[in-house]
Amino acid sequence: MATKLPKTDVVVVGVGWGGGIIAAELTKAGMNVVGLERGKERKTEDYYMVHDELRYALRYEMFQDLSKETITFRGNEKIRSLPMRSYGSFLLGDGLGGAGVHWNGMTFRFLPYDFQIKTQTIERYGKKKIPDGMTIQDWGITYDELEPYFLKFEKMAGIGGEENPLGGKRSEKYPTPPMQVSPVMKLFSDACKGLKYHPYIMPSANLSEQYTNPDGVARAACQYCGFCERFGCEYGAKADPVVTVLPVAKNTGKFELRTHSNVRRILHKGGKATGVLYIDTTTGEEYEQPADIVVMTSYVFNNTRLLLLSNMGKPYDSKSGTGVIGRNYAYQVEAAAGVGFFEEKEFNLFSGAGAMAMTMDDFNGDNFDHKDLNFIHGGSISYSQGGNRPIQNNTVPPGTPGWGKDFKAASIKYANRNVSVWAEGSCMPYRHHFLDLDPAYKDEFGDPLIRITFDFEERDREMVKFLGAKCGQILKEMGADKVVAYTEQGPYEITHYQSTHNTGGVIMGDSPDTSAVNNYLQMWDFDNCFVVGASAFAHNGGYNPTGTVGALSYRAAEGIIKYHKKPGSLA
Amino acid sequence: MANETEEQDLKDHKEPDQSRRNFLKNTGYAVGGLVVGGVVGSLLRSPNKSTTNNNTGNTTENKAPAGEAVNFNQALMYFTQEQFLITEAATERLFPADDNGPGAKELGVAYFIDHQLAGEWGLNGREYMQGPFFKGETTQGYQGRLKRREIFDIGLQEMQNYSNKKFQKKFKDLTPEEQDTVLKAFETDEVKLTTISASGFFKTLFGSTMEGAYADPLYGGNGNMGGWKLKNFPGNQMSYTKIIEQDKFEKITPVSLREHLPHS
Ligand SMILES: Cc1cc2nc3c(=O)[nH]c(=O)nc-3n(C[C@H](O)[C@H](O)[C@H](O)COP(=O)(O)OP(=O)(O)OC[C@H]3O[C@@H](n4cnc5c(N)ncnc54)[C@H](O)[C@@H]3O)c2cc1C
Ligand code: SF4
Repeated sequence: MATKLPKTDVVVVGVGWGGGIIAAELTKAGMNVVGLERGKERKTEDYYMVHDELRYALRYEMFQDLSKETITFRGNEKIRSLPMRSYGSFLLGDGLGGAGVHWNGMTFRFLPYDFQIKTQTIERYGKKKIPDGMTIQDWGITYDELEPYFLKFEKMAGIGGEENPLGGKRSEKYPTPPMQVSPVMKLFSDACKGLKYHPYIMPSANLSEQYTNPDGVARAACQYCGFCERFGCEYGAKADPVVTVLPVAKNTGKFELRTHSNVRRILHKGGKATGVLYIDTTTGEEYEQPADIVVMTSYVFNNTRLLLLSNMGKPYDSKSGTGVIGRNYAYQVEAAAGVGFFEEKEFNLFSGAGAMAMTMDDFNGDNFDHKDLNFIHGGSISYSQGGNRPIQNNTVPPGTPGWGKDFKAASIKYANRNVSVWAEGSCMPYRHHFLDLDPAYKDEFGDPLIRITFDFEERDREMVKFLGAKCGQILKEMGADKVVAYTEQGPYEITHYQSTHNTGGVIMGDSPDTSAVNNYLQMWDFDNCFVVGASAFAHNGGYNPTGTVGALSYRAAEGIIKYHKKPGSLA
Repeated sequence: MANETEEQDLKDHKEPDQSRRNFLKNTGYAVGGLVVGGVVGSLLRSPNKSTTNNNTGNTTENKAPAGEAVNFNQALMYFTQEQFLITEAATERLFPADDNGPGAKELGVAYFIDHQLAGEWGLNGREYMQGPFFKGETTQGYQGRLKRREIFDIGLQEMQNYSNKKFQKKFKDLTPEEQDTVLKAFETDEVKLTTISASGFFKTLFGSTMEGAYADPLYGGNGNMGGWKLKNFPGNQMSYTKIIEQDKFEKITPVSLREHLPHS
């Protein structure tokens, strides 16, 4: 029997970016919040020995322990789903701050087109442009409506960047200046300008200068240490929940954080969530935490899985295309890229920061004409200098043997002479791409794992051909002596890292028939349950997701505060 | 160091009977120059010293040549000596010493792999190893029930078997070209194995060779930060703000994580 704890106003499931923002906003508004996080506590002092590529980047120090829980995957419904036994395609956050601790900090606002993708695509190209089975839909909110929340996230995190000349309108400038510009970034920028494109310095959560945010939290500037993605920041310069929103929540005295607390079920009765059931993983004891409002911020996979396990919302059924929980799972199309090799120049590529980059949107969203193209949307194209660490960076020109003397010589020679330009490709939802519970494989408690059914489509292959060629073109213009353009999209493989940009499963929209939550991320079926994160994305845009996750989290926080004052549907 | 009799010595030697000290004495290592045989003798060399057989009697066990500290890390946690020697020879072919600088052997890559196999990585400690097990599509990744340790046990043994069959010699006694032939046969799955994937094993071997060459030296490889020096990688630096916008390539003396703790 679970021990029943005293009731709280709000229980938050998972304390990463989503959970941290919700906790800070609600406690500031005077609500009592319990945060349940299944991983351990994290703090800046943990990163004393963080410049360790093996431990953090290859042995996955900061990520979810897959021996306890993983996902299963199949490319389509005819194949038996099998567990992701070791890491590859994406890396799941774990512990206080979640994946927000070891992210890069590339912080974008999705384009106005993204939020009204269906309407605008039909308006410009007609209905036929959307192929059979592609289930794009408007998000139930516009860019303009979301703009104030983007700004809120950017101010809290101290995002620095140049204004995107092809992006949505900004009501204010970025709160901090852009990051420094390395020689390769300058090459990229000049090349793009030469090609009449519109490059700009990527918005970054690695602080370009010391910054104090509106909550009074002061942080130091980034040192371009080159150990950023997959690592925690030993300076607190990278915006992460632990150094931004969580101290604010804590200072109110209204936030109770419980780490090592793994939530297994959302409890509900008569169409209302009543609390959650969780296990203290240090003792194995079960607890019930009753709450007036339940907020799920446990990332795409567990947001979806916990709803399915708890029988909340109508599970998605791919045969009929009905139901909502698990619907519109999407990912990021990362295959389009180019590598350039420089014979004469050697760059300081060991230095850099996670989001130190130059980017452009000329082939993102609907910023270019798709009339004669066999795909919609596109992707941003960037050069980023995150620090070439030596184990993972052994890029050699084509034709070089994979090992031995020649490989060694080439990998050394080009260690500081190879430059990648890559596209962050958007990903559209399809009727047959979805999340559901795996029939065979279980987690450490015996609960079914979440199952991904997903593959890349013809549309993705067409887009990769197009964007990959652009990457190659830019590299040539940058003056690389040898250029390889990657223009082929193979099948989706769970085995190699692409991005931790999984989306969908509990999507937002303006109808309960095709979405699980409204534009406050409030469940249609359980109005005191809010489901926050990229799980709400109806498709994935041509950017990293977290800027938009952050904006939606602030939007949801506002909705929860409203609901707390006056319960009922906010839509 | 020519050492044809190593394997023989290994078999003939009855381990537990002798203390390490006696063993060293008996093999002649400590008195220098006489035998310098035996697996242990050959393993005791310092990674940065190419010869050990010209000691002149004043070298005793655990005492390194002037100015060089003994590396107590160079012992085995998991491998048998035979496995170690195959790994050392194989990784040296994957990443050989050349004009650029040290190869896998001198960098201590085989020690690195041994130490990694001894711990969590070797036991797939943080990976999902529950059944049921089915053969999947390649897109679904590794689906075997064997752990890395077991895969190395099998893979190294199969390399030995293949060498014996094809060349009638142990892997470590093959010429470099013959060793490459064996490695290629594994890389391309020309060797058909029933228990493990030959190419899968090769990939892991190559991946861990890169790790052993370039991970912080605290793990037993990348001896003297020699791997980092090859690539002009500065290791663990606290800040690059001064050079981040600089056009000129900056050669920086590497620093390892050891510098982060006070050492008296
Ligand atoms: C290596 C890497 C680099 C990235 N770089 C970028 C980037 O540059 N730009 C960008 O926009 N995005 C980036 N991302 C993605 C970004 O990190 C995520 O979008 C973001 O962190 C998501 O926040 P979240 O709060 O929704 O989920 P998370 O940060 O994943 O937090 C979820 C939390 O919930 C906890 N949890 C899960 N299940 C349970 C349960 N049952 N009970 C209790 N707790 C639970 C988890 O332990 C975790 O702490 C990157 C991700 C990775 C892994
Ligand atoms: S690159 Fe900057 S933000 Fe990233 S970890 Fe290093 S100091 Fe922190």
